[in-house]
Amino acid sequence: MSSGAGPQNGVGSAPAIAVSNLVKRYPKAKMNAVDGVSFEVSRGEIFGLLGPNGAGKTTTIGILTTAIVATEGRASIMDADVVRDPIGIKQRIAVVPQQSNLDRSLKVREILTFHAAYHGVPRKTRETLADRLLGELGLGERKNEKVNRYSGGMAQRLMIARALMHAPDVLFLDEPTNNLDPQSRLFLWERIRELNANGLTILLTTHDMDEADRLCHRIAVMDHGKILVNDTPAQLKKMIPGGTALEVRAWAPPENGFAGRVTAALEGTPGAAKVEALQEEAKDAEPGSLTYRVYSESANSLIGPVAQAVLAAGAQVRDLSVKQPSLEEVFIFLTGRHLR
Amino acid sequence: MADTTFPLTDIHAARATNRAQLAIGAFFAILRRDLVVTGREFVPFLLQALMQPLFFLFIFGKVLPGIGLAAGNFAALMLPGIVALTGMIAAMQGVTLPLVLDLGFAREIDDRLLSPLPVWWVALEKVIFGAVRGSVASSVIFPLGYLILGNGFAVRDDRIGMLIGMVILTGCVGSTIGLLMGTIIKPEHISLMFTLIFTPLLFTGCTYYPWSALRNIRWFQGLTLLNPLTYASEGLRYSMVPPVQGHDFPTLGLTWILLALCTSVVVLFWVGRQTFYKRVRT
Repeated sequence: MSSGAGPQNGVGSAPAIAVSNLVKRYPKAKMNAVDGVSFEVSRGEIFGLLGPNGAGKTTTIGILTTAIVATEGRASIMDADVVRDPIGIKQRIAVVPQQSNLDRSLKVREILTFHAAYHGVPRKTRETLADRLLGELGLGERKNEKVNRYSGGMAQRLMIARALMHAPDVLFLDEPTNNLDPQSRLFLWERIRELNANGLTILLTTHDMDEADRLCHRIAVMDHGKILVNDTPAQLKKMIPGGTALEVRAWAPPENGFAGRVTAALEGTPGAAKVEALQEEAKDAEPGSLTYRVYSESANSLIGPVAQAVLAAGAQVRDLSVKQPSLEEVFIFLTGRHLR
Repeated sequence: MADTTFPLTDIHAARATNRAQLAIGAFFAILRRDLVVTGREFVPFLLQALMQPLFFLFIFGKVLPGIGLAAGNFAALMLPGIVALTGMIAAMQGVTLPLVLDLGFAREIDDRLLSPLPVWWVALEKVIFGAVRGSVASSVIFPLGYLILGNGFAVRDDRIGMLIGMVILTGCVGSTIGLLMGTIIKPEHISLMFTLIFTPLLFTGCTYYPWSALRNIRWFQGLTLLNPLTYASEGLRYSMVPPVQGHDFPTLGLTWILLALCTSVVVLFWVGRQTFYKRVRT
């Protein structure tokens, strides 16, 4: 969860993004790319749009950023309608795409100053701001080069700097850390949190569940053009049936019968919804080692009873840990395992 | 950044609320970007635009008349054609190639499409930039022709205003053709474009022969009327070829020339705008 500003529901202020019953139908397509999507993003929120490839995320962002015209429904940003006031929208938003679309005919610093000039930022302000952002994003030393020799991480940082040059209210990040090395990824997460702490509303799409979990205040999971769920990461994780799990590692003399006896004892523990015996991985398997996962609505309360059950079955307890379901499990639970 | 060091509030305060003002500002900033980039590559641009006319002028204006294969006044008739062709090709190239690459995969144009102006103004900017580029390339033919042709260089000086107008119109036709081609051609077909579009355009455009001289090949004379370059060449011939013994050189009628050039610009831009929309908004 982000340490950022968090959603602010200021009195009398429209949400940063409001989408209602959005539909995008492409001619000749079998199904709607976006199929009746509605959601709101509050000012100051980091909102994650998750979903498999082809779920409709990019189309939704395209509609919000005026690149795609919706077939039905309405969308507005900071109270400006995407169809009726595209200029007002473009003044308020910034987009960082998945792949670099930096202007390769310009020098790095010019990419920033020209972008600001397109948006009517006065010369003196844009010069100052460009130098400051280049410094803050670690690009100051190479500001007079062209971007041809920039690495993926540097290009990404430069696109973020460019996006900030006209001080947008809402920032769209399309899979921001895809293909980045771990250092760049951490750096970017920090910057995203800082920007958000300064009041910037952010909508990001990602496949990286860890990223979504760390950054987003709220997450909408999309599939087949529809939003399946829309909630905080913590709430989403509670969606998995059986809730949390208690993982217990036990040891018993490697003789026949112990494994079955332990399983039976665990299944008999009040509150255990389901018991799963896990195969020990060969590399660290000690003879006689047994691992179980006990699913329950509240795994914490089972720690004592489970330990007792193991001991009662004649085995020893080596390790006990509570497993929170990951967002990834929620995602697979909602969207299925099949490839897209 | 955490201390809000950048002057966000300055920018918010300075935000124009007038959409028209915002859009006009964006338009000129984008035009300035294209001019800055071209200015930096000015020598390569000149080489690209002028290499072909240089040799055409030399061979057709100097060598052929010199060895008796062309009449002495051929240079005076051909020079306007070269001005038209050079301007049109330079304008086309300035629009088509960047558009094909941008719309095909680089998407560098996205930053401009997300600027606060109507999307079609981005196409309009390309057309105006292309016309400027074409006009500059056309203009450079004059000193070049003077140097190469020597005594053969003959341009009447009583239709300068019309000449300037024709040069600009030619640039506009070239850049609107460029817009249309740039929005329909796929990157993998770029080389095909040169063969399928440039070659017929080049040879049916009355660049190397005056239209009136085709009266014995009626069907071909009719065919050339489908090519906008014909009107540009003839318009420049009208503005440049000196009268012989008080008689103007016979060209297509000025009204028809202006009508055809203006119609071409309007129709090509209108269609190009639609194809541009199709590529950038879905």
